[in-house]
Amino acid sequence: MLSASFKRLWHKLGSPRWFFALTESWVKVAGWSALVLLVWGTIWGLGFAPADYQQGNSFRIMYVHVPAAMLAQSLYIGMGVAGFIGLVWRMKLTDVAISACLPLGMVITALALFSGSVWGRPTWGSWWEWDGRTVSTLVLFFLYVGIYALREAIADQELRARASALIAMVGTINIPIIKYSVEWWNTLHQPASFGLTQKPAMPSEMWLPLLVMVLGFYAFAGFVVLVRMRTEILNREMGARWVRDWVQARSER
Amino acid sequence: MSSLLRREWQVALRAKGAIINPVAFLLLSTTLFVIAAPDTVSSDAAAGILWTLVLLTQLLALDAMYRRDFDSGVLEQTLVSAQVPFVAVLTRIFMQWLSTGFIMVAVGPALGILLGLPAEATPAIALAMLLGTPALSLLGSIGASVTVGFSRGGVILALLVMPLFLPTLIFGAGLVAAAEAGSSVMPQVYALSLISLVALAIAPFATLAGLKISLEMQ
Amino acid sequence: MLTLEELVCERDGRELFAPVSIDVRAGDYVELTGANGAGKSTLLRTLAGLHSRYSGAFDSVDCLFQGHRLGLDGLLTPLENFAWFVGLEGRDADRERFLDALQRTGVLNKAYQPCSEMSAGQQRRVAMARWLLSSRSLWLLDEPLTALDASAQQVIAQIIVEHCQAGGAVVCATHSELPVAQKRLLKLEATQRTPDGSVHSGYRDFAKVQDE
Repeated sequence: MLSASFKRLWHKLGSPRWFFALTESWVKVAGWSALVLLVWGTIWGLGFAPADYQQGNSFRIMYVHVPAAMLAQSLYIGMGVAGFIGLVWRMKLTDVAISACLPLGMVITALALFSGSVWGRPTWGSWWEWDGRTVSTLVLFFLYVGIYALREAIADQELRARASALIAMVGTINIPIIKYSVEWWNTLHQPASFGLTQKPAMPSEMWLPLLVMVLGFYAFAGFVVLVRMRTEILNREMGARWVRDWVQARSER
Repeated sequence: MSSLLRREWQVALRAKGAIINPVAFLLLSTTLFVIAAPDTVSSDAAAGILWTLVLLTQLLALDAMYRRDFDSGVLEQTLVSAQVPFVAVLTRIFMQWLSTGFIMVAVGPALGILLGLPAEATPAIALAMLLGTPALSLLGSIGASVTVGFSRGGVILALLVMPLFLPTLIFGAGLVAAAEAGSSVMPQVYALSLISLVALAIAPFATLAGLKISLEMQ
Repeated sequence: MLTLEELVCERDGRELFAPVSIDVRAGDYVELTGANGAGKSTLLRTLAGLHSRYSGAFDSVDCLFQGHRLGLDGLLTPLENFAWFVGLEGRDADRERFLDALQRTGVLNKAYQPCSEMSAGQQRRVAMARWLLSSRSLWLLDEPLTALDASAQQVIAQIIVEHCQAGGAVVCATHSELPVAQKRLLKLEATQRTPDGSVHSGYRDFAKVQDE
C-alpha cells in the first residue's frame, strides 16, 4: 500500500502539470521558513553567539561560509541525481530541475569562495590561501561553469538535457575522488594551521546557530529552485490549456 | 576488434602529426617555462610543472580525438553498423592513450631531466605516467565525446575535463615528489591505479552516450 | 523488414511531418521525396538509430546507412576502408569481393589510392561499392545521387534493383527520381504553421507500378 501511494507520487512528480499544482503550497512553506530561519540564524550567530577564543569575532563569517559551501555541493549532487533519474525514468522534469539548480549553485559557490576569503583575511593575513577547503570549492565552481558552458553551446532542448545529465552524473561521481585527493594534497602542503573546520570542539552555543543557518540556506535553496522550476514549467508548457487557465485565474484575482 | 585496431594503426602511421605535435608542444612549453622562470629548474616545483604541462598537452590532443571520424561520417557508420559499438569506443580510447599518454612514459622522464629533476627520479616519473595517463585519456574521452560537434569546443572541453584531471595531477606529481624525497611511493601508486580503474569503469559508457548525443546534433 | 507506426520525428520540440505508417517488405524500393527541410534525412537517421527524438514506433532489422557524410576514412584506401567496414559487421576481409565491388561501380583503378586523393564523385562510387559488401538486407540511403553523373546514376539504379530482387529492401531519399521500374513513393510534407496558429502537415504514400 505504501509502495502504491509512493508510485502515485512519483508519477505525479514526473508530470509538469501535477508538479506545478503539487508544489504551489511547498513554495510558500519553503519561502517563509527560509526567511524565519535566516533572520533568526543571522541575528543569533552574528550577535549573540560567544566569540571564538582564537579568532575573536571574525569567525562569525563561518555562519555564511559553511552553509554556503555545504549547499553548493548539495546542489551539484542534486543535479547529478536529477540527471540519473532523468536517464533511467525518462522524466523531462529533471532537466527543469537541473536548469533551476545551476545558476543558484554557481552563485552560492561564489558566495562560499568570497566568504571563505573574507574569513581568511583576519586569520591568515591574506585575501586568498590555497588550502583544501578553498581548492575544493574552487574546483566545484569549475564543475558548475563546465555544465553552464555546455548548456550554452547546445541549442536543442532535449539534447542539452541529455548532455547536462551525463556531465552532471560524471562530475558527481568524481566529487568524492576530488575531495579526497585535495584533502590529501592539503595535509602534505599546508602547515598544520588553524583550519576552517571547527567541528567536534565547538560548544553548542556556537553550532546551534550554525545549524539554524544551514537549515535556512537549504530552505532558501528549496524556495528558489521551486520558483525557478515553476517558472520554467510555465515557459515550456506555454501552449498547454492548463497554463492558460492558470494565468487567467491569476490575473482575475 | 582486430579490424578496428588495424584501421587505427593505419591512420596513426599516416597521420604521424597526431603523435609528434603534442610532444613538440610539450617540449616547447617546457622551454617557455624554463626561459620565463629559470629558478624552477631543479627546484621543488619541477615535478609539478612537468605534470601540469603533460596535462595541458593531453587537452590539446583530446580535442581531435573524435573529430576526424565525426566529420567524415566514420563515427555514424560505426554506431549504425558495428555489432558492438562499445568495443569501437574502447579501441579508440586505447589508441588515444597509446599515442598521447603511453608515449609520456618515455617523454616524461626526458622532460624531467630537462627540468633538472635528479636521474634517480626517472623511474618514478615513468611509473607515474604509466599509471596516471590512462585516467587522463579515459576521462578526457568523455569530454571529447560531448564536445566533438562544437565549432569551438576546445575551451568547453578544457572546462569539463580539468576538474576530472585534478586527482591524477595531485597524485602524479606527489609520486615524483615522494620519489625525490626518498619516501615510499606506494600510496600514490594505489591512488593513481584506483583513479584509472574508476575512470575505466565509467568512461566507455559515458563516451558512448556522449557520442550518440553529438551525432544527433549533426 | 521495416514497419513504421505513426512515426513522427521531432526537432527543437517541433514535429516535422505528419505521422507516418508504412510497411516495407522484402523486395520493396521506397523512394522518399519532399522539399528541403521536410525531414527526409531526419527520418532516415531515426530509422538508422542516430536520431532519438520521435513519437510513435518503428521496428526494423539491422540496416546499412548511407548518410550525407560518406563514412570513408580519407587516409585509407578503398580496400582498407572496406576491410574496416566488414569488420564492423563481424566478417572477414575478402579482397576478391572488394575488387569486384569496385569494378562494378567503376573505380577499380582507385583501389590502392587513399580516398582523400579522389574526387567527390569517385568517393561516392567507392561508398556505393561498399553497399555491395554489406550483409544487411535493409538499405537506408540519403541522397545517394549527389555529385554523380548520369552513368553513375544508372549504376545506382541497377544496384538497387538487384538488391531488391535478391530479397533486400531499400528506402532512398532523393530529390530526383531514380530510374527504377517498381517503386513506392513516400512524400513527406513539412509541418507548417500558418500565422493564425493552425498547423498543416502531411505525407502521401502511393504505390506506383510502371509498365515497361
